Amino acid sequence: MTNRYETVFILTPVLSEDQTKEAVKKFKDLIKKGRGKVHHEESWGMRKLAYPIQKKSTGFYHLFEFESDAPFVDKLETEYRRDERVLRFMTVKMDKHHQAFADRRRNKQSATTGEAPAERPARRSRKEENADQPNS
Amino acid sequence: MAENNAPGGEIRYLTPIAIETKKEKYCRFKKLGITYIDYKDADFLLRFVNEQGKILPRRLTGTSLKYQRKVGQAVKRARHLALMPYVGDMLK
Repeated sequence: MTNRYETVFILTPVLSEDQTKEAVKKFKDLIKKGRGKVHHEESWGMRKLAYPIQKKSTGFYHLFEFESDAPFVDKLETEYRRDERVLRFMTVKMDKHHQAFADRRRNKQSATTGEAPAERPARRSRKEENADQPNS
Repeated sequence: MAENNAPGGEIRYLTPIAIETKKEKYCRFKKLGITYIDYKDADFLLRFVNEQGKILPRRLTGTSLKYQRKVGQAVKRARHLALMPYVGDMLK
């Protein structure tokens, strides 16, 4: 029995670019090794945090969408806790609405290539949002 | 007795008194058919919190109970990932 999960983690900004890539790769390999299938991956890049975490005001966000069995999530989260480079992490199980939304979002993104995924919702003005809902 | 000079005995005013007409509230998710509220979209969630970052009650936003729970969940997830502040000042 496998479920679809979405996991987001924040890496410390003190890492160099190569170190960040290596850390991301480590978790990706971990998912692959743990009989998981990575469906989608998204790097939001360096973002400002809404509040400081471990005295840091920015962080490197990365998102994975994967499919695995439930016990694997525990393993993944243990690995997050052990890794000092991870400031914060969250894994959520995707229900059917979430999956449909994620699929639609991805299609929209591939239609407008070259746009950073994290910036897409942030750039909208209030009026535009009223006209068409961002997650409708 | 002075105001009772209108035919029929009703009180007449020079300017019509403003009667508060309440605007009908509606659940925007039901109306627009939104089934999933994304925690990653902090800009959208900002509409459901006040300027201190507190989640607004249903009686102000008009959201139905089903979606209010989802809004709450999404806001809390966004807070955990530092996309939204737990406590803020002048968010809007």
